[in-house]
Amino acid sequence: MAAVQETVDRVRSIDVDAYKYGFVSAIESDMAPKGLNEDIVRFISAKKEEPEWLLAWRLEAYRRWLTIDEPKWARVDYPPIDFQDLYYFAAPKTAAGPKSLDEVDPELLRTYEKLGIPLVEQEILAGVERPRVAVDAVFDSVSVATTFKAELGKAGVIFCSFSEAVHNHPDLVRRYLGTVVPATDNFYATLNSAVFSDGSFVYVPPGVRCPMELSTYFRINEKNTGQFERTLIIADKGSYVSYLEGCTAPKRDENQLHAAVVELVTLDDAEIKYSTVQNWYPGDAEGRGGIYNFVTKRGDCRGARSKISWTQVETGSAITWKYPSCILRGEASRGEFYSIAISNGRQQVDSGTKMIHLGRNTTSRIISKGVSAGKSQNTYRGQVSAHRLATGARNFTNCDSLLIGSECGAHTVPYIEAKNASAVIEHEATTSKVSEDQLFYCQQRGLSPEEATALIVNGFVRDVLQQLPMEFAVEAQKLIAISLEGSVG
Amino acid sequence: MTAHVPPRSTAETTLVRQFEALKAHADPPRRAAFERFAAQGLPTRRVESWHYTDLRAALADAAPLAPSPARATIEAARALLAGHEKSGAARLVSVNGKFAPDLSDALPAGAAIASRERRDSGAEDAMASLVEAMAPDSLTVDIVAGAELAGPIEIVHLAVGEGAYALYSWIEIALGAGASATIFETFLGAGSGVQRQAATRLRLGRSAKLKHAASIGDAPELHLESQLVELEAEAELNAFGLVSGGALTRRQIFAKLGGEGAKIALSGLTLLDGTRRADTTLQVVHAAPRGVSREFYRAIVADDAAGVFQGKVVVAPGAQKTDGAMKSQAVLLSPQAQMNAKPELEIFADDVVCGHGATVASIDPEQIFYLQARGIPKEEAEAMLLEAFGAEAINRVEDEALAEGLRARLAVWLAGRSRTAAKEARA
Repeated sequence: MAAVQETVDRVRSIDVDAYKYGFVSAIESDMAPKGLNEDIVRFISAKKEEPEWLLAWRLEAYRRWLTIDEPKWARVDYPPIDFQDLYYFAAPKTAAGPKSLDEVDPELLRTYEKLGIPLVEQEILAGVERPRVAVDAVFDSVSVATTFKAELGKAGVIFCSFSEAVHNHPDLVRRYLGTVVPATDNFYATLNSAVFSDGSFVYVPPGVRCPMELSTYFRINEKNTGQFERTLIIADKGSYVSYLEGCTAPKRDENQLHAAVVELVTLDDAEIKYSTVQNWYPGDAEGRGGIYNFVTKRGDCRGARSKISWTQVETGSAITWKYPSCILRGEASRGEFYSIAISNGRQQVDSGTKMIHLGRNTTSRIISKGVSAGKSQNTYRGQVSAHRLATGARNFTNCDSLLIGSECGAHTVPYIEAKNASAVIEHEATTSKVSEDQLFYCQQRGLSPEEATALIVNGFVRDVLQQLPMEFAVEAQKLIAISLEGSVG
Repeated sequence: MTAHVPPRSTAETTLVRQFEALKAHADPPRRAAFERFAAQGLPTRRVESWHYTDLRAALADAAPLAPSPARATIEAARALLAGHEKSGAARLVSVNGKFAPDLSDALPAGAAIASRERRDSGAEDAMASLVEAMAPDSLTVDIVAGAELAGPIEIVHLAVGEGAYALYSWIEIALGAGASATIFETFLGAGSGVQRQAATRLRLGRSAKLKHAASIGDAPELHLESQLVELEAEAELNAFGLVSGGALTRRQIFAKLGGEGAKIALSGLTLLDGTRRADTTLQVVHAAPRGVSREFYRAIVADDAAGVFQGKVVVAPGAQKTDGAMKSQAVLLSPQAQMNAKPELEIFADDVVCGHGATVASIDPEQIFYLQARGIPKEEAEAMLLEAFGAEAINRVEDEALAEGLRARLAVWLAGRSRTAAKEARA
């Protein structure tokens, strides 16, 4: 019964305080004036010393944004957002951009250390070689540090902040920016296009298998600040990259907006594996505060036999509105989506995926596990469509929901659209509660009700956890236990 | 919510004019129903439950209302009925939405045609409300508490007329506590210019049991049918629908399991060819504990046809111990055939077991190969597999005589298809 012991340890190791990333770092910030107008867009662009074309692109997006309405179709409910009451740019004050890690504000480094993200390039620790992960740390609106750049450079991999990429690799940025998620895509993506501040940029050259995991860590620190980061990952022919994303924010009573855009492009035979552990501050038990996480993530399998795989563990945010999708354009390309969405308290989750089969013999797989507890609402919303030319398209979807407590809700809204007779689409969904029998069985063997629930939930989500890179899987399991705290009894 | 209110379409304007001309203002329930329709208008893709069927766009204009049946119409109806085999013990006939007592049989003991005053159904759906407002009649069949009807009742909806016309029919069937009955609705006679809208309200009292089936085999331009189902405690409904005709068909079932321990089993088979469109939309609401619901729908889609299945199972707060399972399966027979499915679960109670499954595929080549290897020609093998696929849905019908009739309809449709296929092959 090793598994049981592991779970018990895991549950014990959890802090008393459920959300342990809720602290605020005392770091002076450089902020744009509150509100949003063309001058703010120009201000952000000027701060980043951007070329003229990018400013024009931002301004066009801003003007477009003014003409469109917020999407209302999702099963989430929140008071109207005052977009003029936000800061659109906040950056930790530094004399000049740090040239190396040694120049980074020590307070910042301490913040990341507290979050469990070492920004120091540790080579070998106590004689044991640990898997190394290159990190791009984004603090409020700017990227503060990127580790292992030199070593990645040797392999030809470009991994830097978006702002650096605009300066150092303008051709690549210009060629791919907005080609997967156009500036006019939807309300939040358009807003992001106008005011995006920073994010990560990755380019993996042809035939290169990225030598280490890449990761980005987002932290919102300032009050009343919206975070709008933009990530662009390009895997050129025959390359492979695994990318991890994590996020946290301090506890505050006000809601904060996070509207990110992630674009992935894979060319022939390339593969991107994108994993997210989303742990933004979810608000307190009464639903005060928390992050509004309105994110547009999309991958474009442009090349033949290319593959994009999304794995997400969603435990944070007051509201999640997020549909990582795959456009399967290349022949025999493949899209995968593995998701665990856990909601507790008054969290609202409306998340899922889209698999758009355009090319021949494209395949996709969707495994979604939703767990709702407390007074939360958890919706899976997904679309699988096989277009006219997608001969031989194949999809398998499985979404299961687990309910804990009688005041929560779990919903499933899949759209299945087949326009090609040779397409085979299968969808199955189930909803059930943690069975009394299972709980009884575990409790009889000495587990507390909470430990028993955590154990059962871990079993329920195992299919997805297995898809996560090692380091993340451990963190994710702990997170699951934390977010379910207080859900039993 | 910023409601998007488009300007009135031609069809909507015509409908308003037609309703005004009906002089139904004096009738408050009809007025209220029309206002409910007018407030929503003809549904577009923007209405989530009409995501795959844009009725506003499909309905260029509302056809003129069918006139109240005159003697000649009744005689024409009698001739039509002569060619239709009676499938129940007693037959009720409605001509162009108006009950025709001359053509109808006496009901068996325990059942009676009630002449109740029309009362507002309160139906929320725009199209069911439109039927309630426009229907010239409201045929009401009451089955008294405890009655067990000797044989099935068949209700024949006849369309009689020339060219383009619209007809509306509103039927109410109420079963008292503990009553049991079998009712079969057949839609007959509509040609290509006919816009037919029908609504049937099925109300089952405590422990009442109803077996219901509907069949649409004629060829109207539009067939839009709503079933409004209310089940009290321990009541059981088994309802089936066969769609084998109609250019644009939509069957929508709104069922509410209002009493504890109610059971509902919905099933259907849709056969689509040519450029036809058929939509099945279900909404099953479990409003009380211990309810059981089963939905099982199959579709065979050929040529350039397109099918839609939308099924939503809602478990309201407090409806604990609900057991719901829904399945939708479609076979596509040609490269142009389309199927859209949206099975939904909306669950607000924790102690439930709910699931749904949906598949879309073509005929399994391995199964064809298996049969061919045993000497069966390809076309025949296909027909056998399709017949079996369809029959699995029909098997859900509990009344054996009814099921037999439906299987025959499936066989006729498949034979018609293979004849066209053979003709095309020769050409």
